[in-house]
Amino acid sequence: MPPGKRQLVMGNMACMRGAIYAGMRFYAGYPITPSTEIAEGCARELPKLGGRFIQMEDEIASISAVIGAAVAGSKAMTATSGPGYSLMQENIGYAYMIEAPCVVVNVQRGGPSTGLPTKVSQSDTMQVRWGTHGDYTAIAVAPSTVEDTFTETIRAFNLAERFRTPVTILLDEVIGHMQEMVSFPEPGECEVVDRTRPTCVPSAYMAYGPTKNCVNPMPVYGQGYRWYATGLTHDGYGFPTDKPDEVVGKLDKLRNKIEHYESEICKVRAEYMDDAEIVLVSYGSVSRTALQVAKLARGAGVKVGFIQLQTVWPFPLKQLRELLGNAKHVIVAELNMGQIVGEVERIVQSGTRVHSLLRYDGDIFTPMQFLAKIEEVRK
Amino acid sequence: MSSTSLLEVQIPEDRFEIRLSGSGGQGLVLAAMLLAEAIGADPTKSVIQTKSYGPEARGGASKSDVVVSTGEIYYQKALKLDLLLAMTQESLNKYYPDLKQGGTLVIDDTLVSKVPTEDYYGLSFTRIAKDELKNVMVANVISLGAIAAITDVVPLDALLTAVLARAPRGTEEVNRIAVETGYQEGLALKQKKGQPATV
Repeated sequence: MPPGKRQLVMGNMACMRGAIYAGMRFYAGYPITPSTEIAEGCARELPKLGGRFIQMEDEIASISAVIGAAVAGSKAMTATSGPGYSLMQENIGYAYMIEAPCVVVNVQRGGPSTGLPTKVSQSDTMQVRWGTHGDYTAIAVAPSTVEDTFTETIRAFNLAERFRTPVTILLDEVIGHMQEMVSFPEPGECEVVDRTRPTCVPSAYMAYGPTKNCVNPMPVYGQGYRWYATGLTHDGYGFPTDKPDEVVGKLDKLRNKIEHYESEICKVRAEYMDDAEIVLVSYGSVSRTALQVAKLARGAGVKVGFIQLQTVWPFPLKQLRELLGNAKHVIVAELNMGQIVGEVERIVQSGTRVHSLLRYDGDIFTPMQFLAKIEEVRK
Repeated sequence: MSSTSLLEVQIPEDRFEIRLSGSGGQGLVLAAMLLAEAIGADPTKSVIQTKSYGPEARGGASKSDVVVSTGEIYYQKALKLDLLLAMTQESLNKYYPDLKQGGTLVIDDTLVSKVPTEDYYGLSFTRIAKDELKNVMVANVISLGAIAAITDVVPLDALLTAVLARAPRGTEEVNRIAVETGYQEGLALKQKKGQPATV
């Protein structure tokens, strides 16, 4: 599939293409519906580029291999769905702790457990934020179209490299399996970010030493720089510590390297917001229909606005506080039993009422469901 | 705020909605993909293909929607069908209510016996595939050929190009014959249907 040519592409394939564009050359995974096409695409394409595809024995091994590859200097990715994502949680926490840049794709299907393998859901939204134990700050992006999936996958890699952290791409069965006509950008058209490398002499290298922006340069293994990677809370060299100031320093760093750069990470699309009284907040495949509904409502003279969370985590606090300042009603639409709605409730002012539009039967919202909800709220 | 009820808002019908339905293993998701690719070759058309199937490898209900528009496509799936292909009785029963008034119904009359309307196109896709082309797997491709003849949603040459581009090596010829057979059958049926009933 050459760049520039208009072609029919599946969301999962756009994710694989975006990853390769961003420089991903290592993929380890275990197939699971509805994510399997990502693995299939990587198995086919990576060897041609001198990259590596490994089908592992399970998802625990998959994320382990990805972290190993990341530490060895590669841009690495794995893709899965709910059950596999649950299995990966312990090692995703390890990646947060050792600050290994990597990308994990979760093509969501209905849960809990094996749930609905072939049906759409957004019920892992909170698991992405709180899935592994301990205190940490997560980054997750949520594309809504096939084209978006390509560019947001590049962005996910850029964020992972920039902030040395795992980044989750939240897809869902509809986007993953949907095919649209798209043309991909030429090499060089989209920005690609690489992790910084140490420039000091190897003997002076501190893996987690003091930094200006909380992100340390990361050497390629085997080039003489020594560091110790452990899941235990560690000091500037990576060695285990329980000294209170070092413990607090490490945890603050994990938080601050993301929270202090919220404006760089958080991406929100806002349409029809100028005088909006009722605002639809959504993310992922739901946003397409939400945008159409806002347009239809405007056509009927009803002041409906549209907000799409392109970054779901960290939750775009500042942007949403500002955008929702004058809203009378906010309708948060999700394919789950109500997850991101809690984040919206935490930030709105007392004059704004927050409502949930929920669906969890394995299908997406129709425009009529949105219109009916807006009518209900207007009464 | 305006008093217009949003429940009365008309969803724009600036799109052509197709559903190919049947049983898992009949190749309907693949057929929808080929159809979407053929339609999308026209640069003025937006197209989205989605699918719905069960966890089974074979059997179980399977459908795939193709939405076509000259504008932007928002809602990704079909709402009111302009064209329904039903390859099994079960899928016809399930999706016939979604067919728009005046929409086109195409059935495989090898496998469908009870049709709730007089206004439909019945062709024996599975029988033709098995008996004439000696390959039951191309029933889906025959149905695409018939769709190209019965509707003007896709030009025959674009369909042939899309099918042949995806045909596994060694199956090009049977796939080409499948498209052309479906097209001829569809054309003949359309002409027959178009003739006024003789007394």
